[in-house]
Amino acid sequence: MPLQLQPNFHDAAKRYIRDFSPGDDFYQLLIDTHRDLTDEQSAQVNAKLVLLLSNHIGDIAVLREAMALAREGA
Amino acid sequence: MLKSYTYPKFAYQRPPELDGGPAKRHPIIVVGAGPVGLAAALDAQQHGLPVLVLDDDDTVSVGSRGLCYAKRALEILDRCGVGDPVADKGVSWSVGRTFFGEGEVFRFDLQPDADHKRPGMVNLQQYYLEEYQVRRCEQVGVEIRWKNKVVSVRQQSDRVELNVETPDGVYVLEADWLIVCDGARSPIRAMMGLDVEGRIFMDRFLIADVIMKAPFPAERWFWFDPPFHRNQSVLLHREADDVWRIDFQLGWDADPAEEKKPERVIPRIKAMLGHDREFELEWVSVYTFQCRRMARFNHGRVLFAGDAAHQVSPFGARGANSGIQDTDNLVWKLKLVIQGDAPARLLDTYSEERTFAADENILNSTRSTDFITPKSAASRTFRNAVLQLAQKHPFARKLVNSGRLSVPAHYTGSSLNTADSDVFAGLMEPGAPMDDAPIVVDGRPGWLLDQLGNRFQLLLYADDPERVPLDAFAALKDARIPVEPIIVSPNAARRGGVRVLQDVKGLFAKRYDARDGTAWLARPDQHVCARWRAADPAKVRAAVARATCTA
Repeated sequence: MPLQLQPNFHDAAKRYIRDFSPGDDFYQLLIDTHRDLTDEQSAQVNAKLVLLLSNHIGDIAVLREAMALAREGA
Repeated sequence: MLKSYTYPKFAYQRPPELDGGPAKRHPIIVVGAGPVGLAAALDAQQHGLPVLVLDDDDTVSVGSRGLCYAKRALEILDRCGVGDPVADKGVSWSVGRTFFGEGEVFRFDLQPDADHKRPGMVNLQQYYLEEYQVRRCEQVGVEIRWKNKVVSVRQQSDRVELNVETPDGVYVLEADWLIVCDGARSPIRAMMGLDVEGRIFMDRFLIADVIMKAPFPAERWFWFDPPFHRNQSVLLHREADDVWRIDFQLGWDADPAEEKKPERVIPRIKAMLGHDREFELEWVSVYTFQCRRMARFNHGRVLFAGDAAHQVSPFGARGANSGIQDTDNLVWKLKLVIQGDAPARLLDTYSEERTFAADENILNSTRSTDFITPKSAASRTFRNAVLQLAQKHPFARKLVNSGRLSVPAHYTGSSLNTADSDVFAGLMEPGAPMDDAPIVVDGRPGWLLDQLGNRFQLLLYADDPERVPLDAFAALKDARIPVEPIIVSPNAARRGGVRVLQDVKGLFAKRYDARDGTAWLARPDQHVCARWRAADPAKVRAAVARATCTA
């Protein structure tokens, strides 16, 4: 499966009325995960998050594509 | 004094009570002649309830303030007779452009919902809305007492007593019910010692209204970290009369008095618009904001609405819009209570439904604020990464949050709803604000929502309008809480004593998931409260009882 670049956030436990809500739920979760951490702690959390999610995705072709897109403009 | 607008000055009149006139009891007194208080007054008048409005000033809002009026607010204003002037004078827009640093990230088109009477949003200075509402009050006979300031409130078991200060002295008024719309700093809330809880945001924003003849289209432009205002955000929006609203984020350390001075403001605007652009500064303000609400909105005979009850950040236009939705929810309930047709605990559901809506508004506007003004380095890094990815990738565009524009709450968990016993698709479930649709009635094109409101109504959908058994529903019209049957059909017909709405484009059927025989019970505030695949008068009566706490 190619890298998903369309909006894809969802939550089986919720019924969404507005199309922006699942993405906003995700974004708040992400920011809350970093709340009250130092910058160094945040960098560590981000690194662990990338590793956890990469393993979950597993497909190295997809990860290669994501890594290339993430590096653009860096 | 503004160059584009002359403030009306409304005449103060010496209240008769000061000359020993009889102190009659008022069924409803509204405190505050802002957009929400005036919406409450016009709604009460619409429902045949005598209402008196008190305001401590004698003109409309100073400065543009509440700027965007959303579709649901326009529909409520329509129901109360001021939708047309607001929509006619307001600036319709649908395109939003988002910039980050030097470049444009993306543009979106809200695509005003086709086949709805009202667009998603119009921009209009708050003073125009208030002026139109005051004119409407004059037309329909709502008394507004200007320069009448409430200085004390005493709640008794059967009434509320007010001391009111005027230029000629203090007098006493009595009301059965008090609707408090006296704004974010609500003096009455303070007098009653009631708390309002939430978050203060450590940031300051500069609003400038400028007059300019600019060839820019009526679009919403939002900049994150632009070269002319580094590390902060800027918003440009068009208003009526060649007036433009510009918001600059200033940061918490800015000095509000200093930042308001023209010699500080004008260079900021020139840096943004370019030095050749001619403009005049119309109005400037520096504001901070809070996201907070009262624990409950009804306190005995005192009912809080609008900013007095809840405050949000300005991102998403959820202030005045949600306040107008408060009064839409409140007034029909208050009418039933005043008439003795429903118990006072129906007003608890005003608080139940509107605190739910306030929480949704606070959640959305807090999220926007956190995106626009990140509070940590990690948050800023993510925000900027989203903006970079948004240039190319649709998923990231969806995450860009420069304000989620005001949409009404669906009261899906409300105790007033009758739960579905049949299967439906779509969003028009119990608690939903009703979607509009083009219809033809009496041979003339019109809109569904213009046919709805102010009373309970039963929409009966039928392929053949001649075959609807109206006799079965006739008794509903004469019940203590009456229900008006209305036929909706893809086909035209004339039936005695009942309106037939022809679903000319089939959009009602689509939006409501209608089939032959389906019925919806509509509340007086144009919300669904029950629906069935087959209508049964006994079920309709039970649903009305549930929706009015009279079961």
